[in-house]
Amino acid sequence: MDMATTTQAATAATVVTGAAPLVEMRDIFVAFGGVHAVQDVCVDLRAGEVVGLVGGNGAGKTTLMRALSGAHPADSGEILIDGHPVVIPNPRAAKALGVETIYQTLALAENVDAAANLFLGRELKTRIGSLDDTAMESATRKVIGRLNPNFKNFKTPVVSLSGGQRQAIAISRAIHFNARVLIMDEPTAALGPAETEQVRNVIKQLKSEGIGIFLISHDIHDVFDLADRISVMLHGKLVGTVNKADVTTDEVLGMIIMGKLPNEVTQKELAQLHG
Amino acid sequence: MTQVPGDAQAAAPRRGLARWIQPVGAVVRGVQLGARTMEVDIRLTGMILALIAIWVGFGFASDGLFLTPRNLYDVSVQSVPVAIMATGMVLVIVSRNIDLSVGSIMGFTAYMMAMTQAQWIPQTLGLGYNGAYIWIVALIVGILLGALIGAIQGGLIAYLEIPSFVVTLGGLLIWRGLIFKVQQGQTIAPMDNTFAILGGNLPQGSIGGLLTWVVGIIICVGIIYALIASRRKRREYGFPVRPQWALVVLMAGGCATVLGAMWAYNSYPLPPLLATKYAVAHAITEPPGGLIIPVGLAAPVLLLGAVTLGMMFLATRRPFGRYVFSIGGNPEAAILAGINTRRTILGTYVLLGILCAIAGAVQAARLDAGVTSTGTGYELLVIAAAVIGGTSFAGGIGTIPGAVLGAVVMQSLKSGMVTIGVDSPMQDVAVGTVLILAVALDAVIQRRAK
Repeated sequence: MDMATTTQAATAATVVTGAAPLVEMRDIFVAFGGVHAVQDVCVDLRAGEVVGLVGGNGAGKTTLMRALSGAHPADSGEILIDGHPVVIPNPRAAKALGVETIYQTLALAENVDAAANLFLGRELKTRIGSLDDTAMESATRKVIGRLNPNFKNFKTPVVSLSGGQRQAIAISRAIHFNARVLIMDEPTAALGPAETEQVRNVIKQLKSEGIGIFLISHDIHDVFDLADRISVMLHGKLVGTVNKADVTTDEVLGMIIMGKLPNEVTQKELAQLHG
Repeated sequence: MTQVPGDAQAAAPRRGLARWIQPVGAVVRGVQLGARTMEVDIRLTGMILALIAIWVGFGFASDGLFLTPRNLYDVSVQSVPVAIMATGMVLVIVSRNIDLSVGSIMGFTAYMMAMTQAQWIPQTLGLGYNGAYIWIVALIVGILLGALIGAIQGGLIAYLEIPSFVVTLGGLLIWRGLIFKVQQGQTIAPMDNTFAILGGNLPQGSIGGLLTWVVGIIICVGIIYALIASRRKRREYGFPVRPQWALVVLMAGGCATVLGAMWAYNSYPLPPLLATKYAVAHAITEPPGGLIIPVGLAAPVLLLGAVTLGMMFLATRRPFGRYVFSIGGNPEAAILAGINTRRTILGTYVLLGILCAIAGAVQAARLDAGVTSTGTGYELLVIAAAVIGGTSFAGGIGTIPGAVLGAVVMQSLKSGMVTIGVDSPMQDVAVGTVLILAVALDAVIQRRAK
């Protein structure tokens, strides 16, 4: 396996879809004061594809995705959606472009109920311009019911719900508004085994519906199970992007820890990984 | 809540505080259960019960003096300025800010409204004192000024991110100080006749017997319609609804409260001297024993009702209110959800500025003058009303009707203590104690609920 094959595979995939990638991020640069959190990173995502974004703590995965979700715009670089350059100065702009995000913190308002969170910023209104809580509750019951049939507490503030229920609200919020691009930041980090399985099924289903997904995860097995391609970051830079089918978990681990592509790693170094 | 700890405690000899906590706990649990079945706000229910207890308590302690229609009329009118501002303070505190300048804004706008109607229009512009438009022009001047002050302070807080405590502490000094720079701080009087209606002073400050019943019936129809409409809509969507008996109890309770209040207002006859004046003015021969004219609902109370409804609509039925609460619950989440949090915060201050001006209008009308001291110290009363009404300084929690009730509770305590001869310093001690107790009780209940 060498870089040529990787590039070839990527080219082939592009030819199959026959269009520009759904999302292309070029030469993204983000700094916090003097710290270069993300430097010259290029990643792309196609419709119906899951791209795993992996790397150690502080590798810049979340910062890169915050540039795409509008939470913290990039200092420089270019973002293209369907091949057209776009500017994403705030979360509203990202949502308008069909980019939805499930943050690691879930970003829920703890003091209001599921429906209020799901429709936050995009409330349904009645003819006289007042909030249509009944319609919002109805839609919420439907969309959350699909994810988690046991969800019953539609009238209680989110603060008193379980981690899985809160996750269900965050996911529902991201998928209810016809997202084309989904960013999932550690979606299973706080979940039990059953709930993790539910999230995996959701990802597979969304993928089959043609949604492109950036999946940030610490769990390399999660990524191997779900992703089509894997982009590895280290110290704010992109180590490389590989097709999952072409690499082993050890090789990806080598990229994460040593910042070396599979063809650059010696057998000795690989052996050292396992201590 | 399990029974076990309670039983264990019951077996042990009870001393001191414990003896009091148990019956209180039992009452709280009872109210909680009832409120949950009826789907009404537990805290609001508790406050209404507390208010009833205060009224009945002072009624007994003052040999009925407190519960006379006349005293209740005064308590309700005196509650109005603080209550009006408290409805706006709720939104400011809910979104994790504070406004210490409300008393000064109220004083400044009141003074400027007084100037408009007693100096600028009649004298500076030479248009005389009797223009039918004077009251509305004065009111508009005050409201625009309040909105402008709110916008300046809110802008500094929302867009320059200067702490609200600092900005409004500055505002407290600035707006109060500026009063003295207009007309050297002289007392400006009298107010325009129509404007004076807002003050609730007799005989012109109430709407009379017949209109009072009309208003009462309209409110009752509104309550019944709202309850039925929301029930029908939830049925349509197949959602659970509250049991039928709870619906009937709510309707009956709501209507009885409203009509009871209207009855109380109408049981207050115009004082004999004013009644005689009325008879003379309308060429009526006074029957023996004097003319009995029901005073009816006070105009400022009607205004407070309208303000409360409007603010409730904004807070719970409009996206603006939802944004305010979500910012209070999790500011980061509100931004990530795409909410324009700065504009929302600015909005809360503009609203509160407008409400300060309305409160100022009521106060100027009641005093029949613009004076420099109007609203001094009110910032603390307004914040206290909001907090007694269940607004949390942690943000994200608070209700408009709670704040109004909070203002009425404080005024009832003060007025009640006057009727039983407690002096002014001790009144402050009592109100302060109630403030802390209300929040403490809340904290205890919250902790138990978890």
